[in-house]
Amino acid sequence: MQEFIMERNRSKLTRTYSRTAAVLSALAMGLGQLYNRQYMKGVILLAVHALALYTFIFRLPHAVWGLVTLGETETQLKKVGRLYKQVMGDHSVFLMIEGLVTVFVALIFLWIYVMNIKDSYRTGKMREQGEVPNTFKETVSFVMSYRFPYLILAVPLAGVFFFTIMPIVFMILIAFTNYTAAHTPPKNLLDWTGFEAFKDLFRIKEWSRTFYSVTLWTIIWAIVATLTGYFGGFAVALLVQQKRIRFKSFWRTLFILPYAIPMFVSMLILQNMFNGQFGPVNQYLGLLGIDRIPWLSDPTWAKVTLVIANFWVAFPVSMLMIIGIMSTIPKDMYEAADIDGASSFQKTRLITFPSVMYSMAPLVIMSFVGNMNNFNVIFLLTNGNPINGDFQYAGNTDILITWLYKLSMENGQYNFASVIGIIIFILLSVFAIWNVRRTKAFKEDTSS
Amino acid sequence: MSRKTRGSIWLTISYVLLAVVGVFSVYPALWVIMSSLRTGNSLYSETLLPTSLTFGHYANLFDKYDFAHWYVNTLKIAVTTTVIGTILTLLPGYAFSIFRFSGRKTMMSTLMVLGLFPGFMSMIAVFILLNLMNLLNTHFAVILVYAAGAPLFFLFAKSYFDTIPKSLVEAARIDGAGHLNIFFRIVTPLSTPLIVYTALSIFAGSFTDFIFAKLVLRTPEKKTLAVGLFDMISTRQATDFTTFAAGCVLIAVPITFLFILLQRLLTEGLTAGAEKG
Repeated sequence: MQEFIMERNRSKLTRTYSRTAAVLSALAMGLGQLYNRQYMKGVILLAVHALALYTFIFRLPHAVWGLVTLGETETQLKKVGRLYKQVMGDHSVFLMIEGLVTVFVALIFLWIYVMNIKDSYRTGKMREQGEVPNTFKETVSFVMSYRFPYLILAVPLAGVFFFTIMPIVFMILIAFTNYTAAHTPPKNLLDWTGFEAFKDLFRIKEWSRTFYSVTLWTIIWAIVATLTGYFGGFAVALLVQQKRIRFKSFWRTLFILPYAIPMFVSMLILQNMFNGQFGPVNQYLGLLGIDRIPWLSDPTWAKVTLVIANFWVAFPVSMLMIIGIMSTIPKDMYEAADIDGASSFQKTRLITFPSVMYSMAPLVIMSFVGNMNNFNVIFLLTNGNPINGDFQYAGNTDILITWLYKLSMENGQYNFASVIGIIIFILLSVFAIWNVRRTKAFKEDTSS
Repeated sequence: MSRKTRGSIWLTISYVLLAVVGVFSVYPALWVIMSSLRTGNSLYSETLLPTSLTFGHYANLFDKYDFAHWYVNTLKIAVTTTVIGTILTLLPGYAFSIFRFSGRKTMMSTLMVLGLFPGFMSMIAVFILLNLMNLLNTHFAVILVYAAGAPLFFLFAKSYFDTIPKSLVEAARIDGAGHLNIFFRIVTPLSTPLIVYTALSIFAGSFTDFIFAKLVLRTPEKKTLAVGLFDMISTRQATDFTTFAAGCVLIAVPITFLFILLQRLLTEGLTAGAEKG
C-alpha cells in the first residue's frame, strides 16, 4: 500500500512508464514492451499472445470437458438408411492425454503472461529512473550470461516434462479409472472411479494375496541380490588387489566380462544354460553324478537361479567401484599399521573395510533401489515363471515391476497396474530421497 | 608353520580362487561362442569344444534373417541417441554443479525422484503420445524417447563436475570467456572419464533395449537387433539355438569390446559418485 502511495507521489513528478506498461502488457502480451520501445521483444510476445489466445479459446474448454467427463458419446451402431453403421464415439484415453497436454500448455502460457507483465513493469521502472531499456541484443547477452543455467536446462527439462512427467501424471490418473481389458476405449467410455482400484487390490482376496506375496518376494529379492553382489564384489576386489598377486589387470579384465556383455544377451544365454533338460549346467552336474536340478521350473530353485544369475552380472560393478575406492585410501595408513605389526587380515578389517563401507553406503542403497526394480534379470531369465495358479496374473518369481508389466502389457489390467506403479514409486522415493539428501553431492552446496 | 610358508599357501589359494572366479565369469560367453560355431542346431551338445567347426550360422543370420538391416537400424538409433543423450545429461549436471539459482534444489530432487520411475511404467502414455504425434513405427520416436529420458541420470555428471575446481571456471569468467566457451574449452576436456561413462551407458542402453523398441517399431524393416534377437528366441528357440547363439555373439562383441577397451575410464567415471560419500 505504502509503495503505491509513494508511487503516486512520484508519478506526479515523473512520468508513469511502469504502470502504463504493465497495464498494456496485461491487455496483450508484448504491448507494454512495445511501449517501452523494446520492439523485437514486443513482436515476439505478441505472437505468443496470439497462440495463447487460440489455445485458451479453441482448445482449453474441450480439454477440460474431456478431462472431467472422459467423453460422453459411446461408440454405437446407428441406423443409417437401411444399414447399421458403427459410429465412433469419444475415445476416453485420447481425450485424457490431449486434455493433459492442453492444460499443461495453457499453464505455461499463463506463466509467460505473468512474467511479461512483471517484465514490462520493471522496464518501465528503469525508464522512470532515466535509464535506457535494454536493446534486444543486450537482452540476449544478459540471458546468455546471467540466465545461463536456465537456458541450458530448458531443453533437457522440456524433454523430461513431455516424456516423463506427463506420462507419469497420465499413469496416476489411470489408477482412478475403470480402465481394464474388459473396459477399453474406443469400445467403451472410461469413468472416474476414485479409489475403487486401490480398495479392490486389498479387498479382493486373489488380488491382495498376490500383492502381499509379490511384495514380500520383491523385498527379499532386493536384499539378497544387493548383498550378494556387494560382498561378492568386495571379496573379489580384496583378492585381486593383494600385493603379491601378479597380472592384476588381466584378472580384472576377466572379471569385468559379465558386466561388459549386454545384460539382455547374457540373461538369454543364462536362461539356456540353466535349461533343465538340455542345458549345460545340468549336463555337467550329471557328470559329477548329481541329479538334474529343475533350475527354472521349480519355484524355489527358480529363485536361487535368479540370485546366482544376478550375482554373475552384479559383482563386477561393485568390484570395479571398490577397487577404485581402495586406491584412494592413503598408503601411509597401511604403513603405520605395518609398523604396529598388524597382520594383513587386521589391516583389511580395520582400514579397508570401514573406508569402503563408508564410501559405498549411498551406492549400496541405490543398488537396493535398482534391484527392487530389476526388470531385466527377472523378465529375461524366468519371466516370472513358474506360473502360480493362486496368483492374479503373476508367477512365483515375479517382482512388483514385472507383475506391473504383465498386468498392463499382457493382460490389459491398466488401472491395477497403475495402482501398483504408484505403490512402487512411494516405496522407492522414500528411500531415494532420504539417501540423496544425506550424500555429499547434494549437501555440499549449503556450505559453499 | 612359519609366516612365510603360510603366506605362500594363502597365495596359492588366492590364485586358485581367482581362477575359479575367472572360469565362472568367462564360461557363459565361451559357451555361447562355442555353440555358435557348432554344427547342427540344438541346444544340447556332448562336448564343450565343437567336434566340427562351421561359420554357417553366422551366414544364416544374414540370409535367413535381415541381420545386416537390423544392425544398421540399431547403430543409427544408438549413435544418434548417444550424441543427443550425452549432451542432455551433461548440461543439467553442469548447471546444477556450477551455478546457484532459484529452484535448483527442487529441480534436482524432482529429476532424481522421476529417475526412479522405470520408464515402461508410463510406456502406454508415451505410446499414445507418439500415436497422437504420428510418430509410431519410426526410429525418430525411439531416439526421441531415449534421449529425453537421459537427463534423469544427471547426478553422476553433477558429482563429477563438483570435483573440478571452481576457481578454474571463475578465473576464465574474469578473463571474459563466455559460459559456452568455458564449458567446451575448459570443462569438457577435463571430463573425459565422465563423458566416456555417460556415452557408453547410453549407447549400451539404446543398443540393447528391446521393451520400448518392440512396442514402437512395428514392421520388420524397422526392427533393431535386440527386438530381432528377442523375437528369434521366443519363436524358434528350440529349433534354431545355434543361430541364436551366433546372433548373441554379434550383438555382444561391439559393446563388450568397448567396455573392456575403456575400462580404466569407466572405473573413474563409476567411482566419481562414490568417493564423495
